[in-house]
Amino acid sequence: MMRRLSVALIALLLALVFWRLVAGYSEQQTLRPLAVWYVTHAPLDFGVPNVVTGILIAWRGFDTLGEVAVLFMVAASVSMLAGVARGTPAAASGSPGEIVQVGAQVLLPLIVTFGAYVIVNGHLSAGGGFQGGAIVASGTMLARPHAALDVDAFGVAESVAGVLYVLAGVLGIVLAGGFLDPRFLPRGQFGAFFSAGAIPLISTLLGIKVGAELSVVIDRFRLADVARKPAPPSP
Amino acid sequence: MTTGLPISTVFFATGLALALIGLCAILTHRNVLRIVIGFTVVDTGLNIAIVATGYVRGGTAPIIDAGLSRANAVTHAVDPVPSALVVTAIVIGLSVTAMMLAFAIRLFAAKKTLSIDALTDSKW
Repeated sequence: MMRRLSVALIALLLALVFWRLVAGYSEQQTLRPLAVWYVTHAPLDFGVPNVVTGILIAWRGFDTLGEVAVLFMVAASVSMLAGVARGTPAAASGSPGEIVQVGAQVLLPLIVTFGAYVIVNGHLSAGGGFQGGAIVASGTMLARPHAALDVDAFGVAESVAGVLYVLAGVLGIVLAGGFLDPRFLPRGQFGAFFSAGAIPLISTLLGIKVGAELSVVIDRFRLADVARKPAPPSP
Repeated sequence: MTTGLPISTVFFATGLALALIGLCAILTHRNVLRIVIGFTVVDTGLNIAIVATGYVRGGTAPIIDAGLSRANAVTHAVDPVPSALVVTAIVIGLSVTAMMLAFAIRLFAAKKTLSIDALTDSKW
């Protein structure tokens, strides 16, 4: 009873705060000065049509690198916490059935192709490394119950993409204005596929890294079969 | 479009309401999986609220192509900064969810239950 009351009190107070926020909110009529700067300078400085990708890959590129580092930490931690026993997977839980198998055979190439399309067109239209990587990982999830995908291959792809990402950043220091500055490649024609300096390259590396890391996380959860596993020793 | 609340106010209020619902779910439920779902609902709600603050009346996506010329971009694009922040926040939210689920698996392996009440080892 006491707990219910305190929960209601907390919810009520927070609702009051949120209500004040909503009451004080008014829709913007024009862009804020910072947004005006980004929208005008993304095409001018980097030749990238998608301003959001320009911000993520170029201006906040170091932050994005930190982000994939967080994803890597999560993949490693989930492996440690959930996937203790390796190599005793799906056989016991049985075949997923013919419908899933045939469906995966038909859908998997389409999903991976679509994911790759979203990754490499991130500088031209809505999309980018994070979004396309998530699509590729969803394909992995569909394929995983029966196809013996090699998780180690994902690990290698992830590491190579990470090293190349940092190398691209260092190239930015040597050849252009600073770490992860994408202007060390030619800007090209505005709106063309090969344009916007190194932004498509960095976006592709990001997509490979995100796709591999999310695939590893999904795979670890599938391996974690707690029902038949003895309780781990308490730390 | 002509009468009533502006669209971004509706989205802002909806996002904050979702966050509130998620918080209530976290505080009232005892099943760990339901608490994790509560956290993801809070996450989604706050993301909606942040994106809503970036909306500019009559604006479109900040992608400069045939539909949005470079000259029109300053007056007809929405704020790209909250969108870029939310892409970041979604990934971090997913990471946090994966970590919580991994801990839920460990809890179930150790205690054979998903109730948070079983976790009394470090309770004070």
